[in-house]
Amino acid sequence: MAREVAVLGVGMHPWGKWGRSFVEYGVAAARAALADAGLAWQDVQFVAGGDTMRNGYPGYVAGATFAQALGWTGVQVASTYGACATGAQAIDVARARILAGLCEVALVVGADTTPKGFFAPTGGDRPNDPDWLRFRLLGATNPIYFGLYARRRMEIFGATPEDFARVKVKNSQHGLANPNARYRKAVTLEEVMASPVVSDPLRLLDICATSDGGAAVVLTSLEFARRHATSPVTIAAVSTVTPRFPNTIIEMPNFATDSAASVPAPDVPFKDSIARRAYEAAGVAPDDLDLAEVYDLSTALELDWYENIGIAKPGDAEKLLREGQTTLGGRIPVNPSGGLACFGEAIPAQAIAQLCELTWQLRGQAAGRQVEGARLGIAVNQGLFGHGSAVIARR
Amino acid sequence: MSAAKQRVPAVEGWFRMDEAEPRLLGVRCRSCRTPYFPKEAFCRNPACGGAELEEVALSRRGRLWSWTDNRYAPPPPFVAKDPFEPYTVAAVELEAERMVVLGQVVAEADATQLRVGQEMELVLDTLFEDETRQYVVWKWRPVRSSAA
Repeated sequence: MAREVAVLGVGMHPWGKWGRSFVEYGVAAARAALADAGLAWQDVQFVAGGDTMRNGYPGYVAGATFAQALGWTGVQVASTYGACATGAQAIDVARARILAGLCEVALVVGADTTPKGFFAPTGGDRPNDPDWLRFRLLGATNPIYFGLYARRRMEIFGATPEDFARVKVKNSQHGLANPNARYRKAVTLEEVMASPVVSDPLRLLDICATSDGGAAVVLTSLEFARRHATSPVTIAAVSTVTPRFPNTIIEMPNFATDSAASVPAPDVPFKDSIARRAYEAAGVAPDDLDLAEVYDLSTALELDWYENIGIAKPGDAEKLLREGQTTLGGRIPVNPSGGLACFGEAIPAQAIAQLCELTWQLRGQAAGRQVEGARLGIAVNQGLFGHGSAVIARR
Repeated sequence: MSAAKQRVPAVEGWFRMDEAEPRLLGVRCRSCRTPYFPKEAFCRNPACGGAELEEVALSRRGRLWSWTDNRYAPPPPFVAKDPFEPYTVAAVELEAERMVVLGQVVAEADATQLRVGQEMELVLDTLFEDETRQYVVWKWRPVRSSAA
């Protein structure tokens, strides 16, 4: 227990396409998290900012950008980037600082303002950057990679486009009452199947949008938390693992996998290793979970995650979904927040938003989407260039 | 006439510019024999760490691991046709190299007939062109079975 930190406050700026500065969303989320913790900004001893790559220099130094906007206090700062896993890295930096005894109160903030449409590589002529080259030589957008995984699921496990659509239907129901969700509208199977194909077999409503949004958490030592709250939510583990060589699954933004010709593939594939490391650190097993927030960049990827986090055997994810086991009221609700299907992706904020949801669920404050009696939850995510992300929270 | 245009690789040194017998060009570690594509300056096997890598031509044929397509024009630096023409992208597993390599599928292939595990082969094809040049890239093409 000594290796845990408390989540004393959480806050978000609603997801949407607001078109304003990411700083505004981050500050709004930070203020909400501080208010939730019952603390003042002056109480914060360390700020961890999740960087954004699409908002110029202030985005590369997000920690300081947020600190300045909240009002310089001399607070110590760090800014981190790990693609979609950025938020988990920021959480882990703050957590490590607290566990090392270097501070008692840390604020973690991530926010983004996103352009419309496909994510594009940053500008200029950069023939040594694989993220630039994959667009140039292959036209390999993010949905191309999602489509490869989805088609593979169909060919190997017999998944159908209707299975993928059912994920969207479920998540759209989950997010109906979430005040921070961007899309709060029930979607039918027919509506998903009637939406245009983007990257076959995935349709527009199978693929998550890009969104503006901000999320923040106040992390403290357990000792500090006990003086301010009764039975606070704690973080039992954070996993920020990278792949082991050779990584034999094709991943964004790569042109090829590692070769397994000389060194055999690891027993535990990368995506399975993300949650596994967190389970080991927390001393829990998949069966202990009450809920999971997983990174549904596409509907088909949510099904992959069921297997990656060990709540389904390979090939059983569709069965779990069809039986309603991952729906609210089922055995292990997945994405009770509504997931990316209802939020869209605000990259550096997303893993922090996942922890906000876990915290509300474990406190019993997730009105309209509450997993009854939730005591243990996991949030998982993966960022391109080999970033794993998993956070286990409990109460 | 496009036939008069000069054909140049869209990227230098990634494939053999041989229309009849194209090959992807990677490197192989002299110590642990692990191949890499694209090329690397150092071996990435953490148990090896070799610094001497030699150029190798990868197998021309492999088996389809998965495929998908793109129905909407991607952003730059992709050079999209106007009007945009959807294209298929395949992930192909090279048996000897134990490696999966991405590539577009040639436009004339019927994507509805693709199946995981079928044999694919590397060809060269035009990626985009300007007034004077055709920029060439590798693509995957289904190998016609003898029954077809």
